[in-house]
Amino acid sequence: MLYIELALQGLVNGSMYAIVAVGLTLIYGLLRVLHVAHAGLFTLGAYITVLLTNATGSLVAGTLISMLVVGIVGMVVYRLLYEPLLAQPPYVALIASIGLFIAMEEGYRIIFGPYGNSFASTWLTERVTLGPFSMAAADVAMLLGAIVLLIFLAVLMGRTRLGMAWRATVTDPAMARSFGVDTIKVRYGIFFVASVFAAVAGSLVAVLNNLVEPTMGDVPSYKSLAIIVLGGLGNVTGTLLASLLLGVIEAYGTIYTGAYLDRDAIAFVFLIAVLMIRPQGLFGAR
Amino acid sequence: MLPTLGAYEVSLIVIVSVNVMLALSLNIITGLCGQVSLGHAAFFGVGAYAAAVLGNLGVPFLVVLPLAGLVGCLLGLLVGLASLRVRADFLAITTMGVGFVFVGFVRKQNWLGAEMGLSNIPDHGLGDAGFVGVCLALVVAIALLSAYIKRSWLGFGFATVADDEDTSRTLGIDVAAYKLTAFVVGTFLAGVAGATYAYFTRFLIPGAFGFGVSISILAMVIVGGVGSIWGVIVAAVALTLLPEFIRVVNDYKIFIYGVLLVLTMRLSPGGLAGLVGQLSASRAEMPPRSAGAQP
Repeated sequence: MLYIELALQGLVNGSMYAIVAVGLTLIYGLLRVLHVAHAGLFTLGAYITVLLTNATGSLVAGTLISMLVVGIVGMVVYRLLYEPLLAQPPYVALIASIGLFIAMEEGYRIIFGPYGNSFASTWLTERVTLGPFSMAAADVAMLLGAIVLLIFLAVLMGRTRLGMAWRATVTDPAMARSFGVDTIKVRYGIFFVASVFAAVAGSLVAVLNNLVEPTMGDVPSYKSLAIIVLGGLGNVTGTLLASLLLGVIEAYGTIYTGAYLDRDAIAFVFLIAVLMIRPQGLFGAR
Repeated sequence: MLPTLGAYEVSLIVIVSVNVMLALSLNIITGLCGQVSLGHAAFFGVGAYAAAVLGNLGVPFLVVLPLAGLVGCLLGLLVGLASLRVRADFLAITTMGVGFVFVGFVRKQNWLGAEMGLSNIPDHGLGDAGFVGVCLALVVAIALLSAYIKRSWLGFGFATVADDEDTSRTLGIDVAAYKLTAFVVGTFLAGVAGATYAYFTRFLIPGAFGFGVSISILAMVIVGGVGSIWGVIVAAVALTLLPEFIRVVNDYKIFIYGVLLVLTMRLSPGGLAGLVGQLSASRAEMPPRSAGAQP
């Protein structure tokens, strides 16, 4: 029974990783930028959701507005930060992104205080019992949220013009442009979608822990970098599988090797081991 | 004669020296040889913990310094070997992983003090002035070594590897040997910096060698101007002292640090060295104004 509950817990964490990391990998595929500040947008989404939910009394309204606002902020970040730096070596954008992430976290602490905010009503801390298994309602919400979002993403990338344009631009930007793809519009579109995903992940984590704090983006910021590398940088399916795999490995790893290594170290030992065998990531093509 | 130094001045000089050493050591790997590392604090930490353990065994401070460097470069050699396998962004994330594995490992080791920290590090026995002297001597030595490497054949080799790995290989340059050399030299110096730090604070906790520290070392290199020795030194001093200068706005100092990183990258992507290069280039392009005006 423990094994199954561990696996479920791992999948819940992995789903959160997936929703954050998939946006990162979409952006990496397009711009070759490691967008660390993505985790700052994740936290922003969580704050907007909690504050609006407490103000309006509706979690749905709070989350929807949060998604919209964070999506727009994501496009602004692209326009003001990354677009002027695309011609520079990749570490320039990386340091700029890390700087932005530091400033965002500190900004939240200065504006909202260091102790964090919680939801006024807490129906989501109740537990759902299904046969012998029992999960927190928020965990179920996370799993369902991930499934819905990822189906939406599959449709978006597979069946819409934006998805087609993204794939074309990733494969060959010059060719895509010559076939009439507006690659600039694709970038804005992808930053919007990725940031909306970050907002949803932030909101789900806010519900899961019933707490939003300035540093909640720390773990997603570096863990999602590990995941997109594991998934083969720019590979969406690989990123999803890597997220779930890492979630499960962390869940089992903390039980079996927790005496020697902490949770992060387990994740990175796995990452390094995989990269030494497959330098292009688990699902990367080379 | 040295002026008498208060405890505050001593700690400031030592911390600035340690950071300059770290920035210069990463500059050899990232600046000269082009291998971006997001885990440099791990080598710093390995050196610091090695120094603490050796010091407790009764090894004198000046012998501990090179030994801690050796321990640092053993790990560096391993990561260097990894750099032969993975490249660019994959390498950056691998080195980040090394940093997390180091911290996560130390956190669980009781003989290294685990979460509680290691506190019984012996006195260096040199007195404040002597210790400051050692720090400054190390900084000067590492700066001269960096400048020497940059001008030597080794430096040219590094530059070609940094510029274009595949082309260098085609030209018959032993890319693997250059990369390993860069990692070994850079991580040796980081280990020495770690030993200095350990003997200064005499108290080590895993958190002092985390991801944030790796980032701030990399920030010094990039803000200074990748590869530029004077630029990296100036940036390391400035970024270390910055929080001291803006203590009036204590609550905002990390926020300001973040904003400054963004602004520097946005306005001068080449860092300080790039900025100065631009300024002197634009001055050189200007027609010599004084020529006609002189009687």
